[in-house]
Amino acid sequence: MSTELTKLGVKAIRDGVRGGDFTAREVAESFNAAVAEAAALNAFIVTTPDHALDAADAADKARADGKELAAMAGVPIGMKDLFATKGVQTTAASHILEGFTPQYESTVSQNLWDAGAGMLGKLNLDQFAMGSSNETSFFGNVSSPWQKSGSNAAMSPGGSSGGSSSAVAARIAPAATGTDTGGSIRQPAAFTGICGIKPTYGRCSRWGVVAFASSLDQAGPMARSVEDCAIMLGAMAGFDPKDATSLKMDVPDWEAALNADLKGKKVGIPKEYTMDGTDSAILDSWEQGKAWLKDAGAQIVDISLPHTKYALPAYYIIAPAEASSNLARYDGVRYGLRDLPEGAGLQDMYAETRAAGFGDEVKRRILIGTYVLSAGFYDAYYTQAQKIRTLVAQDFEKAWAHCDVILAPTTPTASFPLGSLNDDPLTMYLNDVFAVPASLAGLPAMSVPATINSDGLPLGLQLVGKPFDEQMVLNAGLAIQQRSGFDHAPAKWW
Amino acid sequence: MSVDKQTVAKIASLARIKMGDEQLETMVPELNNILEWVEQLGEVNVDGVEPMSAVIPNELRLRDDVIDADPKTAGGRRDDVLANAPAAEHGFFGVPKVIE
Repeated sequence: MSTELTKLGVKAIRDGVRGGDFTAREVAESFNAAVAEAAALNAFIVTTPDHALDAADAADKARADGKELAAMAGVPIGMKDLFATKGVQTTAASHILEGFTPQYESTVSQNLWDAGAGMLGKLNLDQFAMGSSNETSFFGNVSSPWQKSGSNAAMSPGGSSGGSSSAVAARIAPAATGTDTGGSIRQPAAFTGICGIKPTYGRCSRWGVVAFASSLDQAGPMARSVEDCAIMLGAMAGFDPKDATSLKMDVPDWEAALNADLKGKKVGIPKEYTMDGTDSAILDSWEQGKAWLKDAGAQIVDISLPHTKYALPAYYIIAPAEASSNLARYDGVRYGLRDLPEGAGLQDMYAETRAAGFGDEVKRRILIGTYVLSAGFYDAYYTQAQKIRTLVAQDFEKAWAHCDVILAPTTPTASFPLGSLNDDPLTMYLNDVFAVPASLAGLPAMSVPATINSDGLPLGLQLVGKPFDEQMVLNAGLAIQQRSGFDHAPAKWW
Repeated sequence: MSVDKQTVAKIASLARIKMGDEQLETMVPELNNILEWVEQLGEVNVDGVEPMSAVIPNELRLRDDVIDADPKTAGGRRDDVLANAPAAEHGFFGVPKVIE
């Protein structure tokens, strides 16, 4: 019974608890046990089995009392350790926040608890969400549950939401929260054969989410089906007056409106997404994706997003610039680590604390950000990048005259072995070349699994929608899911 | 544009991150690779293009003009604010002496 329960996703658990097929407590106990067995993945920084059990008991009691169950009642989830959780250590996978115990709950996590979900634990990630392989965490690399056929080399689960992708793919969590600044939900979802959606910027409150690049950061769900993502996004999203960029809009019932019939819809294929260095298997899966959406009734149209190649370099100015400003708050005074050598003054304390508390990639990005914002270079770098961001967004606006949704690969390659891309930060950055344009434009974007390649590793397809049109993205994702029949699971080695 | 060791040391100092010689020397080529790569942005014609300030059109709201409109961001939470401070003293954040 118990291993069977861990195969279930959000919808199946919710419906099973509602229907009395099993209790929420049985579900929580099964997942707690699966999490405890999976230490080899290093997906969790801390586990919170009691949180999951308490939420489960509340769901079971509500059902026994004849009350209507909330949208996620009885569903235990993993929480990326970038969300402040009251009374539970929140680190952003950094040493500088090790031991930090928030006195408040982030809006997104509170929304999920209000919807009846429980927490299995806090998930590992790239430090301050800066990375694409989950190798920058102070708490160690996360391993993907997937391995190449015939090899036992540890593979990357993607990043920065790598603990989330690893846990969901390994069936030790039915779903998890992620955050996406420049692909951090979609790229790990693609690497691990799961779904993940970043909604329109402003749909999910950033209040209580450790800030990386505020104009780009956006939370979203990661799960194994499009339906599960629709349910969980509905629970996470909503207007929050505590976030000045929160959208004051109603949250649609995305689950109820799911519809894989794409008759009358146009799917745009951006010609600029055919780049050197893209795997031929990825290009093949893109062709397959076009065929699937055509089969669902959509018309395939060629479009052009001329500034695509400039999106990634612009991102690597804008995101570090914002990060250098956001991360100035870690000063050894108000929370987190303090490194105060004997006899040192205030300025030395700042410099020592930050030297000891930040990892190399975080330091690299703070330095880049500080440089591009410094007097004399601000216009050449930062203002130029912000102008190019405008052009990237305008490319999409023009494209919407010709199509309703865009289909593209999520990543240029499948997952790679941990440690294989560490020599050159730039090579690592190129992982997000297809994901970053939608981030710069604030658009809803999703990765859904397409197939597995000849190495036995999953490949994902990306859907990008108009602002506020998560529904179209989810519908096209559903059309692909129904036709790919992707139900591959990694063989258990942990 | 490229940076030398002295420039990196200056940036690190501005960013309040202590760095030894060896670290500075490692950073120089890494930062230069990134800066060289972003140089390509210079080839884009941006005449008449406004730098982006808000990615999704959104009105700037004023909160209700009442005290403690939201209890989560309200006042009167000194102990919560100080709960994670490395050296809280007498209801304040403690720092090394800054005035002789």
